[in-house]
Amino acid sequence: MSETQQGQGIDRREAIRRVTALLGGVVFVGQRDLLTAVERAHARAAAVRQVGTFTAQDIALLDEVADTILPETKTPGAKAAKVGPFMAVMVTDTYDEQQQGIFRDGMRKLNEAGFMTKTPAERLALLEQLDREAKAYMDTRARGAPTHYFRQMKELTLLGYFTSEIGCSQAMRYRETPGRFDPCVPYTPGETAWAGHA
Amino acid sequence: MQAQSYDAIVVGSGISGGWAAKELTEKGLQVLLLERGKNIEHIKDYPNATKAPWDYPHRGGRTRAMEAAYPVLKRDYPLNEKNLDWWASDQESPYTEVKRFDWYRGYHVGGRSLMWGRQSYRWSDFDFEANSREGIGVDWPIRYADIAPWYDHVERHAGISGSQEGMAQLPDGQFQPAMPLNCGEELIAGRLKQHFDGRRRIIPGRTANLTQPLPGRSQCQYRNACWLGCPFGGYFSTQSSTLPAATATGRLTLRPFAIVTEVLYDRNKKRATGVRVLDAVTNQTTDYTAKIIFLCASTLNSAWLLLRSATDVWPGGLGSSSDALGRNLMDHHFRAGASGRIEGLDDKSYYGRRPTGFYIPRYRNLFGDKRDYLRGFGYQGGASRQGWSRAVAELGVGGAFKDAAAQPGAWTIGGTAFGEMLPNPANRVTIDTAKKDKWGLPVLAIDCATGENERLMRKDMMNDMAEMLEASGVKDVRTYDNGSWPGMGIHEMGTARMGRDPKTSVLNAHNQVWDAPNVFVTDGSCMASTACPNPSLTYMALTARAADFAVTELKRRNL
Repeated sequence: MSETQQGQGIDRREAIRRVTALLGGVVFVGQRDLLTAVERAHARAAAVRQVGTFTAQDIALLDEVADTILPETKTPGAKAAKVGPFMAVMVTDTYDEQQQGIFRDGMRKLNEAGFMTKTPAERLALLEQLDREAKAYMDTRARGAPTHYFRQMKELTLLGYFTSEIGCSQAMRYRETPGRFDPCVPYTPGETAWAGHA
Repeated sequence: MQAQSYDAIVVGSGISGGWAAKELTEKGLQVLLLERGKNIEHIKDYPNATKAPWDYPHRGGRTRAMEAAYPVLKRDYPLNEKNLDWWASDQESPYTEVKRFDWYRGYHVGGRSLMWGRQSYRWSDFDFEANSREGIGVDWPIRYADIAPWYDHVERHAGISGSQEGMAQLPDGQFQPAMPLNCGEELIAGRLKQHFDGRRRIIPGRTANLTQPLPGRSQCQYRNACWLGCPFGGYFSTQSSTLPAATATGRLTLRPFAIVTEVLYDRNKKRATGVRVLDAVTNQTTDYTAKIIFLCASTLNSAWLLLRSATDVWPGGLGSSSDALGRNLMDHHFRAGASGRIEGLDDKSYYGRRPTGFYIPRYRNLFGDKRDYLRGFGYQGGASRQGWSRAVAELGVGGAFKDAAAQPGAWTIGGTAFGEMLPNPANRVTIDTAKKDKWGLPVLAIDCATGENERLMRKDMMNDMAEMLEASGVKDVRTYDNGSWPGMGIHEMGTARMGRDPKTSVLNAHNQVWDAPNVFVTDGSCMASTACPNPSLTYMALTARAADFAVTELKRRNL
């Protein structure tokens, strides 16, 4: 973050000089490529509330997808738990190029289907359809075949929500230090689970 | 200025080194404890111990940047966001894999005692006699009776919780009360015992977690966050247990950032005189002298240190006169087993996060059983109710789906086998002079693989668990064998084995280097076989036993 902010304050020539210095004074990357890279970095830094290449608009879409998968019930939903930005962080930092491509392509499809302009009921219907499609594909896919984009979104949504403070301590129950172990206690259907430790 | 002469030098501050420091200082010796990495102070330096899941940007997972920086560690669970700082850097400390070998290291005060799995089991005479009985490797120079009092000794101080079971292959000990089986495990344990007439049994995992307080330490608080460091001192580590005891004597000097580059050897006296230390920060070199030296740097690091010591006398290094040094590297092989679903307990659950599970002691090739392979395996496992992650692959989105995912799912149970690996002299480490680490030391080359005996054993490791679960009424039983590469078990053993004959072993029955009797090696490198139970408790006992012997010999002026 701080590096990006510093990057905004220097001009292209200075940026190239610094990179060249890092490479031991020898430019072995084509200067044209280097310029493009610097320009891309500047463009990224300029956007507000971005995560990696995810724009505020992208994150709004992810928030709404997550909140349709895990909406507010008696407990807050995924948007309240900031699952949209979490998904953007995870895709940026942990997905490889192919996985990122699948995820991005899935976002494009949702946008083309007009997800953001739909009513909550329409959104749910669309995601239910995608969920069936994704499950059918994932249950029968060949070993090593790519993941379905909706499985990626659902997995990140559940991970982001159920490890968030809201998910752990409101949707479930969280006690940092249980203090004892009861090997067998009665369970009544409907009781929520105890969340795990970090 | 730090003194440069001590009664004893201990190299390495993990499980074995911590014990050596404690025992030697308590017996009156001035001890210098050398650790190659940074200091980690108990509680104060456990920055993540009380973090919540949501405090981690990737919720504990791994990023591509981490994977790029840790090409070896990424192969299994140790690469994670929570305690990344406690795993050694693959880039600073590379090694050469002649064959794939996963070396997961902890280079800091406490070593892997901070991150270990804590399962603590005694070995039996079935283990100590196996090599001799079958003509494999060399005979262990000790038997259970030699080590039993030392198991007693270390169990009392470390604090091992477990149940008394009266099983000859897994001797009972000085245990604190066990962490009990949960109701899923208890149900299956009862059925299993009945079905196999007591030969195969599910018992509570014996673990170095306290169920009763010890001086300066609280009992376990059931957070199951041990590998972040425990602010309650609830599990055994150098920091929680042996280092405070050693420090309390006033005779311990701890020196972090001290890489021992070689053991100094006097060819006239036929004794080691001390060690040469390279400061990991300043790169300055200092020699320290002592009457006795304990090598507890971890299996491969102790072997590596011996290989580069006294090469003017023995080109193969200190302890190499028999050619056994560096050979017979072993690990447990695992990642095969089965799991399934328990029916009939939907109205039961449990409270608290127990930091252990169940154990099924070895039963193969014992008590009249005879297989097409030698030795055997034990299982570690557990039963639990499924969490929210089950819902990822289930059909469903929306409010009802969310509320259901927040509730516990089905009871499941599973076990993973840990199998014995036979010693094989072809499995060895050597020095690779072509590659250097960050400090200019030529790295280790590791050439190690499992063999036919392990391959045959793995079939039983996988199928037996399924058989036991099905016989106990468990549904939807699924088997797996995810493959196992040496090192993954993080139970590296061998390379400086104990034995009865200086012509075929590196160490004698008291862990003395045959070629340099004032050098003791008491970490995993001393092991002549792996047995199948977890080895750390045996390192503790062997270290305490060797320390007692060393001090006695010093007093008799034999060293």
